[in-house]
Amino acid sequence: MSRPRLSHVLTSLLAGALGVALVLILLELPAHSGLAEPVTEAMDRSGVGHEVTAVLLNFRGYDTFLELAVLLLAVWVAWSLGRQDPVPARSVRGPVLRGTLRHLVPVAVLTGGYLVWVGASTTGGAFQGGAVLGAAGVMLVLARPRSLPRVPRLGLRFVVALGVLVFLASGVGGLLGGHGFMGYHPDWAYALIVAVELAAAVSIGLGLVLLFLGGRVQGDDDDH
Amino acid sequence: MITENLVGEIYLVCGALLFVLGVHALVVRPHLLVKVLAVNIMGSGVFMVLLTAASGPDLIDPVPHALVITGIVVAVCASAVALALMLKVRAATGQARLPSEAPED
Repeated sequence: MSRPRLSHVLTSLLAGALGVALVLILLELPAHSGLAEPVTEAMDRSGVGHEVTAVLLNFRGYDTFLELAVLLLAVWVAWSLGRQDPVPARSVRGPVLRGTLRHLVPVAVLTGGYLVWVGASTTGGAFQGGAVLGAAGVMLVLARPRSLPRVPRLGLRFVVALGVLVFLASGVGGLLGGHGFMGYHPDWAYALIVAVELAAAVSIGLGLVLLFLGGRVQGDDDDH
Repeated sequence: MITENLVGEIYLVCGALLFVLGVHALVVRPHLLVKVLAVNIMGSGVFMVLLTAASGPDLIDPVPHALVITGIVVAVCASAVALALMLKVRAATGQARLPSEAPED
Protein backbone atom coordinates (compact mmCIF):
# COMPACT_ATOMS: atom_id res chain seq x y z
CA MET A 1 0.00 0.00 0.00
CA SER A 2 2.87 2.36 0.71
CA ARG A 3 4.59 1.99 -2.66
CA PRO A 4 1.71 3.12 -4.89
CA ARG A 5 1.08 6.06 -2.54
CA LEU A 6 4.74 7.07 -2.77
CA SER A 7 4.63 6.88 -6.57
CA HIS A 8 1.45 8.98 -6.60
CA VAL A 9 3.13 11.67 -4.50
CA LEU A 10 6.19 11.52 -6.73
CA THR A 11 4.25 11.83 -10.02
CA SER A 12 2.16 14.67 -8.60
CA LEU A 13 5.30 16.50 -7.48
CA LEU A 14 6.94 16.01 -10.87
CA ALA A 15 3.82 17.21 -12.67
CA GLY A 16 3.66 20.26 -10.41
CA ALA A 17 7.31 21.03 -11.10
CA LEU A 18 6.70 20.70 -14.84
CA GLY A 19 3.72 23.05 -14.55
CA VAL A 20 5.68 25.69 -12.63
CA ALA A 21 8.56 25.48 -15.13
CA LEU A 22 6.18 25.79 -18.09
CA VAL A 23 4.39 28.80 -16.60
CA LEU A 24 7.71 30.53 -15.84
CA ILE A 25 9.01 29.88 -19.36
CA LEU A 26 5.76 30.93 -21.08
CA LEU A 27 5.55 34.18 -19.11
CA GLU A 28 9.17 34.94 -20.00
CA LEU A 29 8.77 34.40 -23.75
CA PRO A 30 9.94 37.48 -25.62
CA ALA A 31 7.44 39.65 -27.43
CA HIS A 32 7.47 39.22 -31.20
CA SER A 33 5.63 40.61 -34.16
CA GLY A 34 5.02 37.20 -35.72
CA LEU A 35 4.03 36.88 -39.35
CA ALA A 36 1.06 39.23 -39.27
CA GLU A 37 2.74 41.94 -41.36
CA PRO A 38 4.06 39.73 -44.22
CA VAL A 39 0.64 38.07 -44.46
CA THR A 40 -1.16 41.43 -44.55
CA GLU A 41 1.18 42.67 -47.29
CA ALA A 42 0.57 39.59 -49.45
CA MET A 43 -3.21 39.53 -48.97
CA ASP A 44 -4.00 41.27 -52.27
CA ARG A 45 -2.33 38.41 -54.16
CA SER A 46 -4.00 35.62 -52.17
CA GLY A 47 -7.41 35.67 -53.87
CA VAL A 48 -9.38 35.63 -50.62
CA GLY A 49 -10.22 38.24 -48.02
CA HIS A 50 -9.59 36.35 -44.81
CA GLU A 51 -6.05 35.97 -43.49
CA VAL A 52 -6.45 32.52 -41.95
CA THR A 53 -8.00 31.13 -45.14
CA ALA A 54 -5.21 32.72 -47.17
CA VAL A 55 -2.58 31.08 -44.97
CA LEU A 56 -4.36 27.72 -45.00
CA LEU A 57 -5.19 27.44 -48.67
CA ASN A 58 -2.61 29.63 -50.37
CA PHE A 59 0.55 30.56 -48.45
CA ARG A 60 0.80 27.26 -46.57
CA GLY A 61 -1.21 25.08 -48.92
CA TYR A 62 1.22 22.24 -48.32
CA ASP A 63 0.16 21.94 -44.66
CA THR A 64 -3.52 21.77 -45.50
CA PHE A 65 -2.90 19.31 -48.31
CA LEU A 66 -0.94 17.02 -46.00
CA GLU A 67 -3.62 17.45 -43.33
CA LEU A 68 -6.22 16.12 -45.76
CA ALA A 69 -3.79 13.29 -46.50
CA VAL A 70 -3.59 12.58 -42.74
CA LEU A 71 -7.39 12.30 -42.61
CA LEU A 72 -7.33 9.92 -45.57
CA LEU A 73 -4.56 7.92 -43.90
CA ALA A 74 -6.54 7.71 -40.65
CA VAL A 75 -9.56 6.32 -42.50
CA TRP A 76 -7.20 3.90 -44.24
CA VAL A 77 -5.74 2.71 -40.91
CA ALA A 78 -9.17 2.36 -39.31
CA TRP A 79 -10.36 0.29 -42.27
CA SER A 80 -7.23 -1.85 -42.21
CA LEU A 81 -7.98 -2.77 -38.59
CA GLY A 82 -11.20 -4.43 -39.60
CA ARG A 83 -14.91 -4.09 -40.00
CA GLN A 84 -16.91 -1.63 -37.92
CA ASP A 85 -18.71 -2.93 -34.86
CA PRO A 86 -22.47 -2.54 -35.10
CA VAL A 87 -23.51 0.76 -33.53
CA PRO A 88 -24.81 -0.25 -30.07
CA ALA A 89 -28.08 1.61 -30.39
CA ARG A 90 -31.62 0.84 -31.44
CA SER A 91 -33.75 2.92 -33.75
CA VAL A 92 -36.19 5.13 -31.91
CA ARG A 93 -39.79 4.61 -32.98
CA GLY A 94 -42.16 7.43 -33.55
CA PRO A 95 -42.31 10.52 -35.72
CA VAL A 96 -40.29 12.94 -33.55
CA LEU A 97 -36.79 11.76 -34.39
CA ARG A 98 -37.60 11.30 -38.07
CA GLY A 99 -39.21 14.72 -38.34
CA THR A 100 -36.37 16.42 -36.48
CA LEU A 101 -33.79 14.79 -38.72
CA ARG A 102 -35.73 15.75 -41.83
CA HIS A 103 -35.35 19.39 -40.81
CA LEU A 104 -31.96 19.30 -39.11
CA VAL A 105 -29.93 17.56 -41.81
CA PRO A 106 -30.79 20.02 -44.61
CA VAL A 107 -30.09 22.89 -42.22
CA ALA A 108 -26.73 21.30 -41.36
CA VAL A 109 -25.86 20.88 -45.05
CA LEU A 110 -26.83 24.49 -45.70
CA THR A 111 -24.80 25.68 -42.70
CA GLY A 112 -21.79 23.63 -43.78
CA GLY A 113 -21.96 25.00 -47.31
CA TYR A 114 -22.35 28.54 -46.01
CA LEU A 115 -19.35 28.15 -43.69
CA VAL A 116 -17.19 26.98 -46.61
CA TRP A 117 -18.32 29.84 -48.84
CA VAL A 118 -18.02 32.53 -46.16
CA GLY A 119 -14.51 31.30 -45.27
CA ALA A 120 -13.17 33.23 -48.24
CA SER A 121 -14.07 36.58 -46.69
CA THR A 122 -14.47 36.10 -42.93
CA THR A 123 -14.34 33.44 -40.22
CA GLY A 124 -15.23 30.01 -41.58
CA GLY A 125 -13.68 27.54 -43.95
CA ALA A 126 -13.43 23.97 -45.12
CA PHE A 127 -12.81 22.45 -41.71
CA GLN A 128 -15.64 24.20 -39.95
CA GLY A 129 -18.01 23.35 -42.78
CA GLY A 130 -16.73 19.78 -42.92
CA ALA A 131 -17.20 19.39 -39.18
CA VAL A 132 -20.85 20.49 -39.48
CA LEU A 133 -21.39 18.05 -42.36
CA GLY A 134 -19.70 15.31 -40.32
CA ALA A 135 -21.95 16.07 -37.35
CA ALA A 136 -25.00 15.73 -39.61
CA GLY A 137 -23.66 12.38 -40.85
CA VAL A 138 -23.00 11.12 -37.32
CA MET A 139 -26.54 12.18 -36.37
CA LEU A 140 -27.94 10.18 -39.28
CA VAL A 141 -25.85 7.14 -38.34
CA LEU A 142 -26.99 7.29 -34.71
CA ALA A 143 -30.62 7.78 -35.65
CA ARG A 144 -30.74 4.77 -37.95
CA PRO A 145 -28.05 2.45 -36.60
CA ARG A 146 -29.60 -0.70 -38.05
CA SER A 147 -30.30 0.55 -41.54
CA LEU A 148 -27.21 2.42 -42.70
CA PRO A 149 -27.44 3.29 -46.36
CA ARG A 150 -25.58 1.00 -48.71
CA VAL A 151 -23.08 3.07 -50.59
CA PRO A 152 -21.11 1.88 -53.61
CA ARG A 153 -17.55 0.87 -52.67
CA LEU A 154 -15.81 2.90 -55.32
CA GLY A 155 -17.98 5.96 -54.74
CA LEU A 156 -17.24 5.98 -51.03
CA ARG A 157 -13.49 5.77 -51.58
CA PHE A 158 -13.62 8.42 -54.27
CA VAL A 159 -15.48 10.92 -52.08
CA VAL A 160 -13.13 10.38 -49.11
CA ALA A 161 -10.15 11.01 -51.38
CA LEU A 162 -11.84 13.88 -53.27
CA GLY A 163 -10.27 16.64 -51.15
CA VAL A 164 -6.75 15.30 -51.64
CA LEU A 165 -7.35 14.71 -55.36
CA VAL A 166 -8.73 18.19 -56.08
CA PHE A 167 -6.01 19.84 -53.99
CA LEU A 168 -3.33 17.81 -55.77
CA ALA A 169 -4.80 18.62 -59.20
CA SER A 170 -4.87 22.32 -58.35
CA GLY A 171 -1.31 22.15 -57.01
CA VAL A 172 0.01 20.39 -60.10
CA GLY A 173 -1.91 22.88 -62.24
CA GLY A 174 -0.04 25.68 -60.48
CA LEU A 175 3.24 23.87 -61.16
CA LEU A 176 2.44 23.53 -64.87
CA GLY A 177 1.28 27.15 -65.00
CA GLY A 178 4.63 28.36 -63.69
CA HIS A 179 3.49 29.38 -60.20
CA GLY A 180 5.25 26.58 -58.40
CA PHE A 181 3.71 23.54 -56.75
CA MET A 182 0.60 24.57 -54.74
CA GLY A 183 0.77 28.03 -56.28
CA TYR A 184 -2.16 29.81 -57.93
CA HIS A 185 -2.47 32.33 -60.69
CA PRO A 186 -3.72 35.44 -58.83
CA ASP A 187 -6.73 35.79 -61.19
CA TRP A 188 -7.77 32.17 -60.63
CA ALA A 189 -6.93 31.97 -56.94
CA TYR A 190 -10.43 32.67 -55.62
CA ALA A 191 -12.19 30.10 -57.80
CA LEU A 192 -9.54 27.46 -57.18
CA ILE A 193 -9.52 28.03 -53.42
CA VAL A 194 -13.32 27.79 -53.16
CA ALA A 195 -13.31 24.61 -55.29
CA VAL A 196 -10.56 23.06 -53.16
CA GLU A 197 -12.37 24.06 -49.98
CA LEU A 198 -15.68 22.59 -51.13
CA ALA A 199 -14.06 19.28 -52.05
CA ALA A 200 -12.10 19.30 -48.79
CA ALA A 201 -15.24 19.98 -46.73
CA VAL A 202 -17.09 17.05 -48.32
CA SER A 203 -14.09 14.76 -47.78
CA ILE A 204 -13.64 15.92 -44.18
CA GLY A 205 -17.33 15.43 -43.39
CA LEU A 206 -17.39 11.92 -44.82
CA GLY A 207 -14.00 11.11 -43.28
CA LEU A 208 -15.22 12.12 -39.82
CA VAL A 209 -18.31 9.92 -40.18
CA LEU A 210 -16.16 6.98 -41.30
CA LEU A 211 -13.76 7.53 -38.40
CA PHE A 212 -16.78 7.64 -36.06
CA LEU A 213 -17.88 4.25 -37.40
CA GLY A 214 -14.35 3.08 -36.69
CA GLY A 215 -13.92 0.45 -39.37
CA ARG A 216 -14.90 -0.77 -42.79
CA VAL A 217 -18.57 -0.11 -43.38
CA GLN A 218 -20.95 -3.07 -43.11
CA GLY A 219 -21.65 -4.47 -46.53
CA ASP A 220 -18.40 -3.11 -47.95
CA ASP A 221 -16.85 -6.45 -48.90
CA ASP A 222 -13.37 -6.81 -50.25
CA ASP A 223 -13.84 -10.40 -51.38
CA HIS A 224 -14.46 -9.48 -54.97
CA MET B 1 6.49 39.29 -22.42
CA ILE B 2 4.59 37.52 -25.15
CA THR B 3 1.33 39.16 -24.04
CA GLU B 4 0.75 42.53 -22.48
CA ASN B 5 -2.59 41.95 -20.77
CA LEU B 6 -3.91 39.92 -17.88
CA VAL B 7 -6.24 37.80 -20.04
CA GLY B 8 -3.29 36.66 -22.12
CA GLU B 9 -1.39 35.66 -19.00
CA ILE B 10 -4.42 33.74 -17.71
CA TYR B 11 -4.59 31.93 -21.07
CA LEU B 12 -0.89 31.02 -20.88
CA VAL B 13 -1.20 29.71 -17.31
CA CYS B 14 -4.34 27.73 -18.14
CA GLY B 15 -2.68 26.28 -21.23
CA ALA B 16 0.29 25.14 -19.16
CA LEU B 17 -2.11 23.73 -16.54
CA LEU B 18 -4.06 21.74 -19.15
CA PHE B 19 -0.81 20.39 -20.60
CA VAL B 20 0.42 19.28 -17.16
CA LEU B 21 -2.94 17.70 -16.30
CA GLY B 22 -2.71 15.75 -19.55
CA VAL B 23 0.87 14.64 -18.91
CA HIS B 24 -0.03 13.49 -15.40
CA ALA B 25 -3.06 11.48 -16.52
CA LEU B 26 -1.09 10.04 -19.44
CA VAL B 27 1.57 8.71 -17.05
CA VAL B 28 -0.59 7.67 -14.09
CA ARG B 29 -3.80 6.25 -15.53
CA PRO B 30 -3.53 2.74 -16.98
CA HIS B 31 -6.77 2.83 -18.99
CA LEU B 32 -6.12 3.46 -22.68
CA LEU B 33 -9.23 5.61 -23.19
CA VAL B 34 -8.02 7.95 -20.43
CA LYS B 35 -4.61 8.08 -22.09
CA VAL B 36 -6.15 9.10 -25.43
CA LEU B 37 -8.20 11.78 -23.66
CA ALA B 38 -5.06 12.93 -21.82
CA VAL B 39 -3.17 13.45 -25.08
CA ASN B 40 -6.13 15.47 -26.38
CA ILE B 41 -6.12 17.66 -23.27
CA MET B 42 -2.35 18.20 -23.68
CA GLY B 43 -3.08 19.30 -27.23
CA SER B 44 -5.75 21.73 -26.04
CA GLY B 45 -3.20 23.31 -23.72
CA VAL B 46 -0.76 23.74 -26.61
CA PHE B 47 -3.52 25.29 -28.75
CA MET B 48 -4.34 27.79 -26.00
CA VAL B 49 -0.70 28.88 -25.81
CA LEU B 50 -0.50 29.16 -29.61
CA LEU B 51 -3.65 31.30 -29.77
CA THR B 52 -2.29 33.56 -27.04
CA ALA B 53 0.93 33.94 -28.98
CA ALA B 54 -1.13 34.96 -32.03
CA SER B 55 -2.81 37.87 -30.28
CA GLY B 56 -0.56 40.83 -30.86
CA PRO B 57 -1.18 44.36 -29.60
CA ASP B 58 -2.37 45.70 -32.97
CA LEU B 59 -2.35 42.89 -35.56
CA ILE B 60 -3.53 39.32 -35.03
CA ASP B 61 -1.06 36.79 -36.42
CA PRO B 62 -3.07 34.41 -38.67
CA VAL B 63 -0.35 31.75 -38.96
CA PRO B 64 -0.82 30.27 -35.44
CA HIS B 65 -4.58 30.20 -36.06
CA ALA B 66 -3.97 28.17 -39.21
CA LEU B 67 -1.60 25.91 -37.25
CA VAL B 68 -4.24 25.35 -34.58
CA ILE B 69 -7.00 24.43 -37.02
CA THR B 70 -4.64 22.06 -38.82
CA GLY B 71 -3.67 20.65 -35.43
CA ILE B 72 -7.31 20.09 -34.45
CA VAL B 73 -7.99 17.99 -37.53
CA VAL B 74 -4.77 16.00 -37.07
CA ALA B 75 -5.62 15.47 -33.37
CA VAL B 76 -9.08 14.19 -34.29
CA CYS B 77 -7.55 11.76 -36.80
CA ALA B 78 -4.91 10.56 -34.33
CA SER B 79 -7.56 10.09 -31.62
CA ALA B 80 -9.76 8.09 -33.97
CA VAL B 81 -6.86 5.81 -34.93
CA ALA B 82 -5.87 5.43 -31.27
CA LEU B 83 -9.44 4.52 -30.30
CA ALA B 84 -9.67 1.98 -33.12
CA LEU B 85 -6.40 0.44 -31.87
CA MET B 86 -7.79 0.48 -28.32
CA LEU B 87 -10.83 -1.51 -29.43
CA LYS B 88 -8.48 -4.04 -31.03
CA VAL B 89 -6.49 -4.29 -27.77
CA ARG B 90 -9.73 -4.90 -25.88
CA ALA B 91 -10.80 -7.55 -28.37
CA ALA B 92 -7.42 -9.29 -28.04
CA THR B 93 -6.80 -9.09 -24.29
CA GLY B 94 -10.28 -8.56 -22.87
CA GLN B 95 -9.50 -5.19 -21.33
CA ALA B 96 -8.57 -1.77 -22.65
CA ARG B 97 -5.79 -1.03 -20.18
CA LEU B 98 -2.10 -1.56 -19.90
CA PRO B 99 -1.03 -4.57 -17.81
CA SER B 100 -0.34 -3.53 -14.22
CA GLU B 101 2.90 -5.53 -14.06
CA ALA B 102 5.76 -5.42 -16.49
CA PRO B 103 5.98 -8.47 -18.76
CA GLU B 104 8.71 -10.92 -17.82
CA ASP B 105 11.49 -11.26 -20.33
